Amino acid sequence: MKYLDEYRSEELAQKVVGEIRRIVTKPWVLMEVCGGQTHTIVKYGIDRLIPPEVELVHGPGCPVCVTSLEMIDKAHAIARRPDVIFTSFGDMLRVPGSDSDLLVLKSRGADIRVVYSPIDALKIARANPDKKVVFFAIGFETTAPGNAMAVFQARKQGIKNFSVLVSHVLVPPAIASILQSPFNRVQGFLGPGHVCTVMGYQEYEPIAERFHVPIVITGFEPLDILQGVLMTVQQLEQGKWDVENQYPRVVKREGNLMAQDLVNQVFEIGDRKWRGVGSIPKSGYKLRYEFRDHDAERIFEVEEIDTKEPEICISGLVLRGVKKPHDCPAFGTLCTPERPLGATMVSAEGACAAYYAYGRHLQQPEQRSEPKDVTVEQPVV
Amino acid sequence: MGKANFGGIVKQVCLEYTPEVEAGDYVLVHVGFALGKVDEEEAARTYKLLEEMNQLSELEVPDL
Repeated sequence: MKYLDEYRSEELAQKVVGEIRRIVTKPWVLMEVCGGQTHTIVKYGIDRLIPPEVELVHGPGCPVCVTSLEMIDKAHAIARRPDVIFTSFGDMLRVPGSDSDLLVLKSRGADIRVVYSPIDALKIARANPDKKVVFFAIGFETTAPGNAMAVFQARKQGIKNFSVLVSHVLVPPAIASILQSPFNRVQGFLGPGHVCTVMGYQEYEPIAERFHVPIVITGFEPLDILQGVLMTVQQLEQGKWDVENQYPRVVKREGNLMAQDLVNQVFEIGDRKWRGVGSIPKSGYKLRYEFRDHDAERIFEVEEIDTKEPEICISGLVLRGVKKPHDCPAFGTLCTPERPLGATMVSAEGACAAYYAYGRHLQQPEQRSEPKDVTVEQPVV
Repeated sequence: MGKANFGGIVKQVCLEYTPEVEAGDYVLVHVGFALGKVDEEEAARTYKLLEEMNQLSELEVPDL
């Protein structure tokens, strides 16, 4: 086995779709949390392959998209400084702040460098002792072990000029926040497969119990998504609300304990503001006080920033599964990947970018997926 | 640190979080860190479940 191709088999996909069609008796709304899962769904047209009774809405699992405007503006303020080398994952570079984006700042002379890993940022810090090297530490729990290791090593090796600008976000509080909203339509979740590889899935059990919502921890290949949808629909049809694991080839219930251990040593939980959603209590990581010498928020005093979102952008509604990208008047016209108005179009994992990449903006309105009434249709292949 | 082959591209990967892996194993990698070993038995089991799906229901007469 190579663990990838097998999970893309069209023949098996049709089997799973057939099974979903066989068991579904009423309409259900499911949300997939991860941006990577959104991508697979849109790329393979999974939302159109499954019976129309099952509606997939996209969740806030795009860390680039949910990084608060205040944090983006802070990043820009720090990156502008001549004594700073600002390092970041590539997709943060074009996220619009109130005024500009990192790529524009780079073109104007700021030393901004794309890195693949926080370890690369640490290497840059070692190689440039006369500069302050800042790493933009965004991400969900999947990225936290890497960031924790970089900070831990910075302190261990005495790399004093390395700091991180932390904007980590956590999935379980986001799911709870969505479920608590009076406008919530989501009845079941495809849980985040890679976040759970790190964290395990014990934290989802109280959520499923409290809100009576099935949560199926799901992988990222098309067959994973389809199997996750099937397992969730099976539970909904049977009136169950358990946490199940569709992705046992990498996810264990307890997760990766070594990774969790280092993350807990370096970070602690705090409140976090999510772009387009607002502040969610205890929904993010901050650096612990012991690591304050590597905390960019403490090191760089940035003035109060007046944040300004473009009015037409509905990123926030897309992130909460309330609207789809094609509901936005600017989608594919004023807002494109070349000239993005909001984060969901900039990030590779954003729903708007995914829809655009797979041509959804080119369709006539009648062809767009809308939930239909309960009739079983033949699949459009 | 170890080396991981991403479909032909070989990159350095930190193995601190997966001390149990050996050469030839498959790992899940994120931002340069291996986060978990791919469990071959579970992978095969998931795949078998998918293959066996629908075998009984294919024998049913569809509703018209």
